[in-house]
Amino acid sequence: MNKFFRRPSAFRPSPFQAMLTYIVLVFWAIVVLFPLYWLTITAFKLPIDVSQGPVYIPFVDFQPSLNAWHYIFVEVGSDTARPYFNTVIVGITSSVIALVLGAAASYALVRFEYRPTLGVIGLFLGGIVLAVVMVMLGVPWLIAVVASLAVFLLLAQTIGKRFKRSLGNDDIAFWMISQRILPPVAVVIPVYILFQRLHLLDTRIALIVTYVAVNLPIVVWLLRDYFQSIPIELEECASIDGASTFRIFWNIVLPLSVPGLVATFLFVLVFAWNEYILALFLSSSRAQTMPLTVAAQNATRGPQWWNMSVLILIMIIPVIGMAIALERYIARGLLIGAVKG
Amino acid sequence: MQRVSDWVTRSSRSFFIWPAVAILLFFAIFPLLVSLYLSFSRIKFARGGVQVNFVGLANYRKLFVGSEQSHFLGVFGQPSILGWIVFAAVMGFMLVGLGIYITRGSPTIMGFILRTLLAVLIGVLAWLVIITLNGEGRPGTLVVTLVYVYVGIAFQYLLGLMLALLTAQQLRGRRFFRVVFLIPMMITPVGVAYMFRMLADMSKGPFAPLWQAVGLGEFSWVNTPWGARWAIMIGDIWQWTPFMFIVLLAAIEGQAQEPVEAALVDGANRWQIFRNLTFPQIMPVTTALILIRMIEAYKIVDLPNVMTNGGPGTATESMTLQAFFSWRTLDIGGSAAIAYILLVLVTILSIAFVSLLRQRTTEVI
Repeated sequence: MNKFFRRPSAFRPSPFQAMLTYIVLVFWAIVVLFPLYWLTITAFKLPIDVSQGPVYIPFVDFQPSLNAWHYIFVEVGSDTARPYFNTVIVGITSSVIALVLGAAASYALVRFEYRPTLGVIGLFLGGIVLAVVMVMLGVPWLIAVVASLAVFLLLAQTIGKRFKRSLGNDDIAFWMISQRILPPVAVVIPVYILFQRLHLLDTRIALIVTYVAVNLPIVVWLLRDYFQSIPIELEECASIDGASTFRIFWNIVLPLSVPGLVATFLFVLVFAWNEYILALFLSSSRAQTMPLTVAAQNATRGPQWWNMSVLILIMIIPVIGMAIALERYIARGLLIGAVKG
Repeated sequence: MQRVSDWVTRSSRSFFIWPAVAILLFFAIFPLLVSLYLSFSRIKFARGGVQVNFVGLANYRKLFVGSEQSHFLGVFGQPSILGWIVFAAVMGFMLVGLGIYITRGSPTIMGFILRTLLAVLIGVLAWLVIITLNGEGRPGTLVVTLVYVYVGIAFQYLLGLMLALLTAQQLRGRRFFRVVFLIPMMITPVGVAYMFRMLADMSKGPFAPLWQAVGLGEFSWVNTPWGARWAIMIGDIWQWTPFMFIVLLAAIEGQAQEPVEAALVDGANRWQIFRNLTFPQIMPVTTALILIRMIEAYKIVDLPNVMTNGGPGTATESMTLQAFFSWRTLDIGGSAAIAYILLVLVTILSIAFVSLLRQRTTEVI
């Protein structure tokens, strides 16, 4: 991987070309950094500094003040802490679950062969429909799920094997990854109704479950190729020595893929951290996450840019830190996903 | 005991994949079925619960020809000469593509029918864009979404490619630029929206002296449709250029260096090297990147909602935002119908993109 990045470029620009290059690069760096700079100094401004027109340089143009920070952390401290805590919990929990399930699935898609017959798939869909209908009719959801699962297993063992047409691993992987195409708004209304029926609306559980589903395709997409690059000989040796599939996965494959797992984890964490539209539908007050809190600032108190800047800053500082720390992994992970996916 | 462990081995393979499959099936298939049903129904909040009435295609009819037409499709104007030229160019391109498909390779009836349908869909969309962006026309959310997606992708790709080519040279401080250029991608879209609202403030923002100097101090982008749309697109471009940049950079650095060095020795200039060596090598990454951004960009909602709240009027509303607003006004059937149209549109366009380009890349190889 080091070789991948340290390969010397063939282009050694002449001094004139280098100067032109630097002009463009510095210009874009300013384009990137200036909004962040403006955000940061606005967080230290007093209302009067903002309302009198633009001031640019702290200590020269204006005297920085912790007024807004005091307001956000002390005066409305609990209103800030709750969504922040929610965001952390929902983000980390959903990313961990998505990573565990997604890693298992993508490893399985790389190493094992699956031939799900169309009959079993159809029966499973039928089971889901049955469960939904039962819940809609007012059957307690636990009973509905267990009953339809039982019906599905019974039929799958008996009828399901009669249908011989089947799909392969690539079809499953493609289907999983293609779930990213679904616009959230196309699925969120039924999910909303479902959580309402389960009395889970506006809870962290609802957000966690939804984010796991949204992030699973990304995990499968990024990790599938990572597992493909692990030499199979190690696993064959372990298998001959009598290690079970779970042990091979846990003790050999996972330790070997730590860099890929870390990068994928942070990637889905950022998605969950920044997610807006699903949270907008599924949470209102108790489970509100930071993007909602930030977005709601304008509506509740008018554009108080200084307070808003503090909120945005405390929200984006962790992800910017991750971006800086993980720049290499992100580039590599995305490139591989993009070429193979 | 032996039989038990055999059973464990066999079924452990299922345990690996079933949880993921079950969750995805549950969150994809079931909501899609329910959404489809909702899009054919009208929901009334009667006393003691909800009443769901099946109304057939009424929700779709409302969007395409009924009361919501001007909101969803837009107000139609007369195409100008330029509009006709663009439309003729699009249709000509489609016909040439179909012609190539028939004359070369092995056309199948199904492939021909699907391609013709795709050409018709693209023609209809192009016609819609042309007649709503012209003269007295006014674009609806469908056209605005298309503009966001394709204008955004074009700028992001070109900027990202330029920056990647520049950063791929041997320069001091490459790592600094690489890290800095990556940052916007990680920032919450909601935060980006507020940041750009602050920057675009014509009287209190950082560029206020500049606007006043050029006599635009009184101009308000919030109140002009294209000003507001461009503000949103600039925010979107700022946020997603890094994605294109970082992947293209990795692809350019990963290309085989020997041919490039050989070409340099033979005296090829940099444009020739880019055109004949680098670009063909990064072509697969390019198509994948455009596909990924296309899929993600159709979901745009945070920026218009926070920056302009869809305004002025409905000028900056995207389809997702329109669906959200319909849902908030309890028009759940209408909301589901918009969401379904969006789903069908994205699915058709991305599958067409993938399958047409797969052909192209195998041709290259």
